Amino acid sequence: MITTTAIESTAELTEQERAQAARLDAVWSEPRGFWGWFKAVHHTTIGKRYAVTAFIFFLLAGLLAGGMRLQLAFPEAHVLSNDLYNQFFTMHGSTMMFLFAVPMMFEALSVYFVPLMVGTRNIAFPRLNAYSYYLYLFGGLMFYIAFLCNTGADRGWFSYVPLAGPDYGPGKRPDFWAQLITFTEVSGLAVAVETIVTVFKLRAPGMSLNRIPIFVWGQVVVAFMVIFSLPGVVLSSTMLLLDRTCNTQLFNPAVGGDVLLYQHLFWWFGHPEVYIIFIPGTAVISTIVTTFCRRHAFGYLVLVLSLVATGFMAFGLWVHHMFATGIPQIAESYFTAASMMIAIPTGAQIFCWIATMATGKVVLKTPMWWALGFFFTFIMGGMTGIFVASVPVDLQIHDTYFVVAHFHYVLIGGAVFPLFGAISYWFPKVTGRMLSETLGQITFWLFFVGFNITFFPMHLVGIRGMPRRVYTYPPNMGWTTLNQIESLGYVLLFIAVCVFLANVSRSLKTGSLAGPNPWKAGTLEWATTSPPPHYNFLHLPTVNGREALWDAAPNQPVVIGLDEDARSFLTTRTLDAEPEGRDEFPRPSIWPFLAAIATSIAFIGSIFTPWGITIGAIPVAITMIGWFWPERQPAERRRAREIWQSE
Amino acid sequence: MILVHVPGFPGNQTSLNPVGPGAERIEGEFALIFWITAIVYCLVLIALVVYVLRRRHSLNIMPEPMPTTPQSDRWAKVAVSGAMVVTVLLLFIMMIGSFVTGHALGNMNRETAYTIDVYGHQWWWEVHYPNDEPDKTVVTANEIHVPLGVPLRIHGTSRDVIHSFWAPNVQGKRDLMPGYETDVMMQIDQPGRWRGQCAEYCGEQHAHMSFYMVAEPGPQFQQWLSQQAASSVPPSTPQAVRGQQVFLGHACVMCHTVRGTPAGSRVGPDLTHVASRSTIAAGLLPNTIGNLGGWILNAQSIKPGCRMPPNHMTGSELQDLLAYLETLK
Amino acid sequence: MAERVERPVLDVSRLPTVGFGTHSITWWGIMGMMAIEGTVFVLMIASYFYLHSRNSEWPPHRNPPDLLWGTVNLGLFLVSVIPNEWYRRRARKGDLRAVQIGLVLLSLFGIGNVVVRYFELWHLNTDWSIDAYGSAVWTLMGLHVLHLVTDLVDTIVLTILFFTSLVEGKRFQDAEENAAYWYFVVAFWIPIYLVIYWAPRWLHA
Repeated sequence: MITTTAIESTAELTEQERAQAARLDAVWSEPRGFWGWFKAVHHTTIGKRYAVTAFIFFLLAGLLAGGMRLQLAFPEAHVLSNDLYNQFFTMHGSTMMFLFAVPMMFEALSVYFVPLMVGTRNIAFPRLNAYSYYLYLFGGLMFYIAFLCNTGADRGWFSYVPLAGPDYGPGKRPDFWAQLITFTEVSGLAVAVETIVTVFKLRAPGMSLNRIPIFVWGQVVVAFMVIFSLPGVVLSSTMLLLDRTCNTQLFNPAVGGDVLLYQHLFWWFGHPEVYIIFIPGTAVISTIVTTFCRRHAFGYLVLVLSLVATGFMAFGLWVHHMFATGIPQIAESYFTAASMMIAIPTGAQIFCWIATMATGKVVLKTPMWWALGFFFTFIMGGMTGIFVASVPVDLQIHDTYFVVAHFHYVLIGGAVFPLFGAISYWFPKVTGRMLSETLGQITFWLFFVGFNITFFPMHLVGIRGMPRRVYTYPPNMGWTTLNQIESLGYVLLFIAVCVFLANVSRSLKTGSLAGPNPWKAGTLEWATTSPPPHYNFLHLPTVNGREALWDAAPNQPVVIGLDEDARSFLTTRTLDAEPEGRDEFPRPSIWPFLAAIATSIAFIGSIFTPWGITIGAIPVAITMIGWFWPERQPAERRRAREIWQSE
Repeated sequence: MILVHVPGFPGNQTSLNPVGPGAERIEGEFALIFWITAIVYCLVLIALVVYVLRRRHSLNIMPEPMPTTPQSDRWAKVAVSGAMVVTVLLLFIMMIGSFVTGHALGNMNRETAYTIDVYGHQWWWEVHYPNDEPDKTVVTANEIHVPLGVPLRIHGTSRDVIHSFWAPNVQGKRDLMPGYETDVMMQIDQPGRWRGQCAEYCGEQHAHMSFYMVAEPGPQFQQWLSQQAASSVPPSTPQAVRGQQVFLGHACVMCHTVRGTPAGSRVGPDLTHVASRSTIAAGLLPNTIGNLGGWILNAQSIKPGCRMPPNHMTGSELQDLLAYLETLK
Repeated sequence: MAERVERPVLDVSRLPTVGFGTHSITWWGIMGMMAIEGTVFVLMIASYFYLHSRNSEWPPHRNPPDLLWGTVNLGLFLVSVIPNEWYRRRARKGDLRAVQIGLVLLSLFGIGNVVVRYFELWHLNTDWSIDAYGSAVWTLMGLHVLHLVTDLVDTIVLTILFFTSLVEGKRFQDAEENAAYWYFVVAFWIPIYLVIYWAPRWLHA
């Protein structure tokens, strides 16, 4: 038995606890100084970097959208030239999809919160985590530097061939797009593997499968989807680069190549991609609804199975992006059916959440407002999804502003609303201070109203015949007024984001102190200080139920016995989280950063010469060897204390 | 549909004003989905609002978490299960509707259809009316006359990148792709000039790649067709003769055909009957002398990035050229 | 609220620190990598057959790749499974000498595979830039070459490591996982070999 201070008590820690905290701090603190920044390997540090970087890209993409709305506010306007507009919409879409949505909804949220929620001290493969962040950053920088050098991608965020191919996409613009994919896809795949391993093997004792928080289930499902879907775009973008730089003919119909091969490979990835963005949004909604309705989420099994079912079904829909290509009717019918049926698990989640509210005590704070906004917005997008799922209807609305409305409703409704909810929910945990409730609600209402003013008219202008990706339009089509309303709505969105940024910057300095658990929530991230120390938990927890803090026994055990002079961690069994073994996280290291530099040189070099990969592979190999080469003293220490698993 | 009756609604280039069986069947499925989803949306959101208002906790502190009771969860189970059953049912209805519509569209008469070949280019539409007798084949651009009330087969492909042929009043869209030949069936039952536009991003001037389907009664259509099949009439006035010399002496012949003259290039639109068309530059400009003159002198300033270079000539050369082009009816 | 809580403790200090298979974090990581790379291979094979369906003649106007070198490599890969499995099992027992021998053998096999692969590439009977068939064959081959070469480098580095004084339990885990990854490289060669060398012959008939 040991004496612990209750997490939310205001009493001082006991003397033993203070000594333990000091020992843990000595081992786990992040390196200081200029070079220290490049050696960091703790998941909360990397998670914050992902979040800040992704939000900056969100702002950049938002500004690009402002340029687009200004150009479209008047027919035949000359605010942006056709070339610039085509770059703007490509950069906007590519940034939102590759540099904001997945890095924020999956990587940032997963990296920061999954290790805390499962009760461990760091994410699995911490140096890989650091490497993945640097690659993401460098890829984004490359993409924008190219844009500033008039080499911005301009073939759409999906970059179809032959338009992006060697014959019709001169210069380097599509090459920078294709390499952006390479950077961000390696980054995403790395975090996917880390997430799965963390959740499978690093959970607190007692956190059996049926006690894993729904948020964590969501991120695990997404991680599996990332693993099986990203290879599609890996291949399509690599083939595009090969056709452009090495003279392969994979997409050249004149000599046996096929333009639809590109589309199949891209959308094999592209459809799961949107669920990769949306499922973390549902994971956040489950979390917020649970905390702000003060009860366990209704229908845990249904919610988890819905997440898994959505993950699987998402792989069976991709051809619905290709309905206009003239595929055989039987294929069309299958993909219509599948695209409609995926509404079933999503509907199940929605009904479970409403049931939770109907049987709970609803507390309307800012995070809950964003969750309610999600319902109004995402469900609308889900309804218009049924329109596009039907082949005959899709043949009218595909590639029009109706589709633009649909996907902004599902993506902004399904990811951005939950994201703002997540930020207002977890800001106290990450920074230790509360955001202003008043400014938070102002932000919400401005954003909600602005969003609907901007995007609802797009349904109308689309069925009135306005196609997508047009830099201007003729007068007298019946589109002008609607476009002007949309452009005015953007102004509200812009103001909303400004209010949000003001709220954040003010609260960082003068927000009220949050304490460990201001929302009296149930999951493990709230069982430690705000912000968490670099060792996450003073005492590694054990778990007694789905909401670890609400279901904790009065004398819930804590874990002891891990080495305190090394970054020791506990591994547990995958199914029932019984303790299984002990292992050691690596210490801060400069190698991930150096390896990322070497990798970036290889990737970017290969845009300019095919030798970029082959010659660039050498520094990559050197830095990777440096990364994995063991250090003598830790190896000797571990060897002295080894206990081998009995066979 | 109600939206058609909103004031200022022009009715052209919209799927909500169907002028043929294709668009009409699609509109039916659109309406089915619209009403079902609109009602479901309202019901779900009303339920949400009602429950939030009823269960709202108004004190400023977070209440303790509630223990979950089997009783409340039992009715919740019934309600959620019921909602799921209704969801599945409604999805099936919309899905069956989709299959029925798709089947009907797929069965639009193929054997007796009148075939028109369309080739997508960056950024214009090449149109052929094939005929067993080669001297009756018609080649034109951007303006597609069709006989009224007759099944049509648009046979299409692309000469460069992927485009999409879309006349929403008539039929759903079909992508035109290099390496693929595709057939899309349609029929127009209302006379008029129905506007269409490329619906697959195809580069710099995707926004200015429109066409018109001009539906005329049979005899009128046949008259148009035989006029288009005829070779160009030699110019009779001195100005037009000079204009033809300007045409043949400048870069025009590098890209354009005028049947009856040595100009036979297929890079750009066939100009044999250019004066008979109501628009130029793929629907961008009305076909007037002023617009045509501006287009010839500097197409890049009107449609930057298009394949037509600026042409340098004196003012009088331009006037002569325009006089000649006016004769190409 | 109670300021202090007396808690029972869960003492994990006797748990093992060296585990293999599902007990090893890095083993799961390698499985994740196999899932990713395996999906890439599967999609590439699917792309090959998709392109085949769009071409009436396959390969167009030339011979399929010569069978000799590819089959020699297949043989080499299959034989290498024997030392691979042997040293993998010895690694789980911490047998240093066996792992050293095994890694050296696998390094030699790997070098042999790379040399034979070089000859394979020059006997594919096609350039990659002529048409889609040539491009598909080279791309599929290229993916496997990438995996073969990176695994060989990994194996050689691990071999060197096993002759230093830095060996500990973790390195035996690495050895087992290296063997597992070699299985992956070999296992995927079988379908790729069949696709590149036999599919054009079988489909032609």
